[in-house]
Amino acid sequence: VPDATGLELIRQELGEAVLDTEFFRERATLIVAPQRIRAVLAHLRLQGYGFLASLHGVDYHPAEPRLGVHYELLDMSRVDRISVKLRVPTDAAEVDSVVPDGEGPDGDGHLGWPTANFQEREVYDMFGVSFRGHPDLRRILMPEDYEGYPQRRDFPVGGEPIVFTYNESPVLEREL
Amino acid sequence: VSPDAPAASEYRRREQSITLSSLGEQLEQQRGDDEDTTQELLTLNFGPHHPATHGVLRLLVTLRGELVQDIKPIVGYVHTGIEKTAEDKSYWKVIPVIERMDYLAYHFNSLAYIGAVEKLAEVVVPTRAEYLRVIHLELNRIMSHLVWLGTSALDLGAISMFWYCFREREAILDLFEFSTGQRMHTRYFQIGGVAEDIPPGWAKQLRGFIERMPQALDEYGDILNSNEIVLQRLRGTCPLDAHTLLELGVTGPLLRAAGNPWDLRKAAPYSAYADFDFKIPVGTVGDNYDRYAVRMAEMYESVKIIEQALEGLPEGPYITTDRKVALPPRHELATSMEALIHHFKLVTEGLRVPPGEYYNPIEGPRGELGCFVRSDGSSKPVRVHMRDPSFVNLQAFSKMAEGAYIADMIATLAMLDPILGGIDR
Repeated sequence: VPDATGLELIRQELGEAVLDTEFFRERATLIVAPQRIRAVLAHLRLQGYGFLASLHGVDYHPAEPRLGVHYELLDMSRVDRISVKLRVPTDAAEVDSVVPDGEGPDGDGHLGWPTANFQEREVYDMFGVSFRGHPDLRRILMPEDYEGYPQRRDFPVGGEPIVFTYNESPVLEREL
Repeated sequence: VSPDAPAASEYRRREQSITLSSLGEQLEQQRGDDEDTTQELLTLNFGPHHPATHGVLRLLVTLRGELVQDIKPIVGYVHTGIEKTAEDKSYWKVIPVIERMDYLAYHFNSLAYIGAVEKLAEVVVPTRAEYLRVIHLELNRIMSHLVWLGTSALDLGAISMFWYCFREREAILDLFEFSTGQRMHTRYFQIGGVAEDIPPGWAKQLRGFIERMPQALDEYGDILNSNEIVLQRLRGTCPLDAHTLLELGVTGPLLRAAGNPWDLRKAAPYSAYADFDFKIPVGTVGDNYDRYAVRMAEMYESVKIIEQALEGLPEGPYITTDRKVALPPRHELATSMEALIHHFKLVTEGLRVPPGEYYNPIEGPRGELGCFVRSDGSSKPVRVHMRDPSFVNLQAFSKMAEGAYIADMIATLAMLDPILGGIDR
């Protein structure tokens, strides 16, 4: 894991794309501007963070911007991890997908992590963040026609109506 | 109510309207791109209820004759919203539900989660607890691999293997029942240690098991390693190189089978793994045979780890003595007012974890099992996310089975070892 100084060096390399850094429990985190995510990840990939270990969503409700997308990167040769996090508001919940192959928007490196395919679909399914350029953005765990984003914090636990049709038994009328 | 009555509710009406229309268009496009009009492509629905899908997995398989052209996995049939449920439970009450995700790796699930909470709350775990955890984890790994071996051999037509593997698995479940009170989903790992010390007689029973297990593994090898049918089905079928696997995020035995010795137990030792001497089995070409051989060899290594952990099991507490984290022992409640208060606070309110976010990866039986926990300072987690290796690894299935026969696709699915409880969570 890059130490606090190493993290600041990475921040300097990336310039304005990085909004903030965090060093918590021996884990380094970059908080980046959502529109620059592909450039940042492409740069980190060149630095050796070649393996996208996990991609997941978080809802920071009631803070704004509410929705977060986290990228957990891993450098296998140095056994080194770094987290990249971004935040988007619910009314403009759109982020560039990291699945498609190709140059970053700044032409500074190659990106394309097919592993993010299912994981971005899960974030879309659960939080309603859509990923620009994703080859097949559909719901993955919830049914295709499901409405709402169940992992958002304002979606109540048990908010799913359970309907038993065809099985309803008539009320028994007993004669006493 | 008559069964052909119109949909009784709005929900049922929408349910009836599911057509998978977006998939249909993609499949049509594939057909359109196909220049060879002499051979028609066949789209075959496979599952969700099919004995060879190892769970409730549905596959839309596009076939050219008997060759697989494309596979689209459709998952979510056993989605139970455990991550959402966890947000409504205090930290220690999350453990029983989170164990039920990947139902063959319950100790791993709980350790991934507990490790993240311990890191956030800066809990120090006693060494004895770490050793007991390692013993249970490795028993769990062997158990998971045994279920994989039995069911995979069943897919290849070797029915007797299933009984042999389940015989040894039974011995492991008996050990779990003895030490934890439950055969599966034991809730044995707790924040700060384990729920209870091992009972008298358990170590003896475990020693008997680790003496027997290598012999049992030798027997499995004798049955399978020189079996012509097994070799023909596995050797050279559906290989995938390490580079492609890494792009697809595949970890665990599948990656090691392709020659990459990545194993978090060695690379970034957690718990007490740094104390033990064990090897990481790797394959060469990454075909189905390597996937089989790597898991077989891993079971021997797990036995070695258990042996060392049992030999070196240190004395001391089995759970942290920090009363703010773990319950006080029962006898203290009768004599100490303070213990009573701590007990009451922990049971009614639960442990308060300082705000923060942590991603805790461990090496599960199927690869990197990472648990992300976000805390806002209250006694319930705000977000729990499990990076389940089965979920990520499933994406490699289409690449592996491309151009193979249907029968080899079945063998590959078996060697992929997906657990649908983990995929759907």
